[in-house]
Amino acid sequence: MSGAANPTPPLAPPLAALLELTHRCPLQCPYCSNPIELERAKGELSTDEWRRVLDEAAELGVLQVHFSGGEPTVRRDLPELVAHARRIGLYSNLITSGVTLDRARLAVLAQAGLDHAQLSIQDVDHQTAAHIANHPGVQGKKLAFARWVREIGLPLTINAVVNRHNVTRVERMIDLAVELGAVRVEVAHVQYYGWALRNRAALMPTLEQVQEATQRVEAARARLRGQIVIDYVVPDYYARQPKSCMGGWGRQFLNITPSGEVLPCHAAQTIPGLVFDSVRHKPLAEIWASSAAFEAYRGTDWMPEPCRSCDQREVDWGGCRCQALAITGSAAAADPACALSPAHQEMRSLAEAASAAPAPDFVYRRMTPQETPAKVAAATR
Amino acid sequence: MTAPAPLKSAIRPGLAPGVRLSFDKARDCWVVLAPERVLVPDETALEILQRCNGSRPVDEIVDELASVYNADRGEIAQDVEDMVSDLIAKRILVG
Ligand code: SF4
Ligand code: SF4
Repeated sequence: MSGAANPTPPLAPPLAALLELTHRCPLQCPYCSNPIELERAKGELSTDEWRRVLDEAAELGVLQVHFSGGEPTVRRDLPELVAHARRIGLYSNLITSGVTLDRARLAVLAQAGLDHAQLSIQDVDHQTAAHIANHPGVQGKKLAFARWVREIGLPLTINAVVNRHNVTRVERMIDLAVELGAVRVEVAHVQYYGWALRNRAALMPTLEQVQEATQRVEAARARLRGQIVIDYVVPDYYARQPKSCMGGWGRQFLNITPSGEVLPCHAAQTIPGLVFDSVRHKPLAEIWASSAAFEAYRGTDWMPEPCRSCDQREVDWGGCRCQALAITGSAAAADPACALSPAHQEMRSLAEAASAAPAPDFVYRRMTPQETPAKVAAATR
Repeated sequence: MTAPAPLKSAIRPGLAPGVRLSFDKARDCWVVLAPERVLVPDETALEILQRCNGSRPVDEIVDELASVYNADRGEIAQDVEDMVSDLIAKRILVG
């Protein structure tokens, strides 16, 4: 791929790795970042394999690891992996739904050296939360979990995923995070890949709702300065500029699936024709340096117009490849969130049409192949 | 140098829970590891951060840096106070 004419600077190591320890999860959020084709338990990497992956990651220069899933705490060996990460100097974060651990098992993780816990919430309203997660009583369990995190002395981030069912309550979700003693709250509009793309119409808020939410987040930031860090992920469908997805493809971040496939971003498997390498067959350093999937959209050589000649190309790196694919059919196109993309208006119109219509039922995240949304909804009421 | 100090010089800043200062062998530099953040402190920031251990008051840190660098105490005090209050707002330090 690389032309001999322009020597490229040496590749910097990744800063962070997201480890999907398993795709098993007791919740069924319709915006789950896992792929539609969920991996089965029998294909998951063993404890020894994950330990080796942690060693290779630290050796390569990874500083932070996120233990994620699915629900990472369903893996019984999580304390061993956390302890191993700490032993080799990695900063570890647990990304959890908070419904599977009891206080004692959480304390074991803290003792093993966990640095930080991140708890997702669906809403402040218990009923909507239960509906979104398809899990009765989910909110009560999460609130108890957040209390234990603080009692045990771990720093806590609350991750609130914003969609049309809870968008009017962003400020209350931030206030809940403060009440729970979180050091940080991430208010993130849904990103529409995988499950969320399938559920786009059921999740998409209107432009007015998004603008109102943004104002409320700004107000909360001013009001709570110094009390809590508020990170806000804006919704691409109503944006004019794309986000620099993961700080650029293959530049700062890698994602490892339960069976050991290494991806440049969690949604990369939606791109047809990309070939991924597995930690089962190759060392992580080699995968980072030369895996075809990482090379495909690394840097700027692959860019067509309008990105190729744009002065933002090393700022946003052309935005998100998976979103370009989802909207334009080509993963190499400019992210349609960009006002310079020919598909920009089309994406905006998709959002406006979806949000103006009544919300259809969710297609819940499931292991088994699903039937029609109507059947699933009927079965879960 | 007449801006009012936003910070009490008696507070004892330390790294916030969930924040670690560690040496990164791969990049050959010090890094601050925090929830979803990696900061690379410059030389001055590093000198200050390494002294924020939760038991030493800002005053004492300023005295020490002024003598180590043989520099004007007022200037050092301003630098330290600005940085410490900024990092407290960002939840990297606690006072
Ligand atoms: S988004 Fe929901 S269903 Fe998906 S892994 Fe997280 S908690 Fe589980
Ligand atoms: S044209 Fe491409 S590089 Fe330029 S702002 Fe848009 S997405 Fe970014």
